Amino acid sequence: MAIKVRYFASLKENLGRDKDSLDFEKSISVAEVWEQVMPEQAIPDNTLTAVNMEYVTLAHQVHDGDEVAFFPPVTGG
Amino acid sequence: MIKIVSSGFDPFQEVHAYQQQQQSLAGKYGATNLFIGTMRDLNEGDSVKGMTLEHYPGMTEKQLARVVAKAGKQWDFLDSLVVHRVGDVFPDDVLVLVAIWSVRRGAAFDASRFIMEALKSQVPFWKKEILVDDNSRWVEKNTDGY
Repeated sequence: MAIKVRYFASLKENLGRDKDSLDFEKSISVAEVWEQVMPEQAIPDNTLTAVNMEYVTLAHQVHDGDEVAFFPPVTGG
Repeated sequence: MIKIVSSGFDPFQEVHAYQQQQQSLAGKYGATNLFIGTMRDLNEGDSVKGMTLEHYPGMTEKQLARVVAKAGKQWDFLDSLVVHRVGDVFPDDVLVLVAIWSVRRGAAFDASRFIMEALKSQVPFWKKEILVDDNSRWVEKNTDGY
């Protein structure tokens, strides 16, 4: 199964990239996605997570073709 | 209607054009409330000379539509127009417009406030400020609005 992972704003700058692609054998959680793409760095406390452009928790299970996003608190308006 | 725009806009022209176009509103609304958010040249005690507004294309529109729909369930308004700027902006540029048309004033005032507060906490936009000394910094959180 393959998913796309995206990063935005300060998180993107800190990580030095805006996306990753990830292949895995069985369904995994959003928290496990982070562990796979950033094995050396704990997820920052205030990070927001989305799958297919809907907010989800870290426990949400990710499936083939999903787009997972990690980003800091939003500050529009 | 929801619009994300990457160049400057005149909120009053947007409202005028939208209202002219929505023939069904004519004669029906007794209240129009406009909220216009504009970029300041000072934040947290520092002079700011510019800003970049980043967003998550697709999710931004989706979440903004959800916020407007939530407001529509809570207040009985006739129509709404939300325009939000992205990209490079400068002091005095308009960042956001929320316009609500309703039969009476209550729904227009209340729905407008709700949409602005929800937009600031739920819709994926991020601000990066450029200070006058050319240092830059991400805005990390919203104020309470006062």
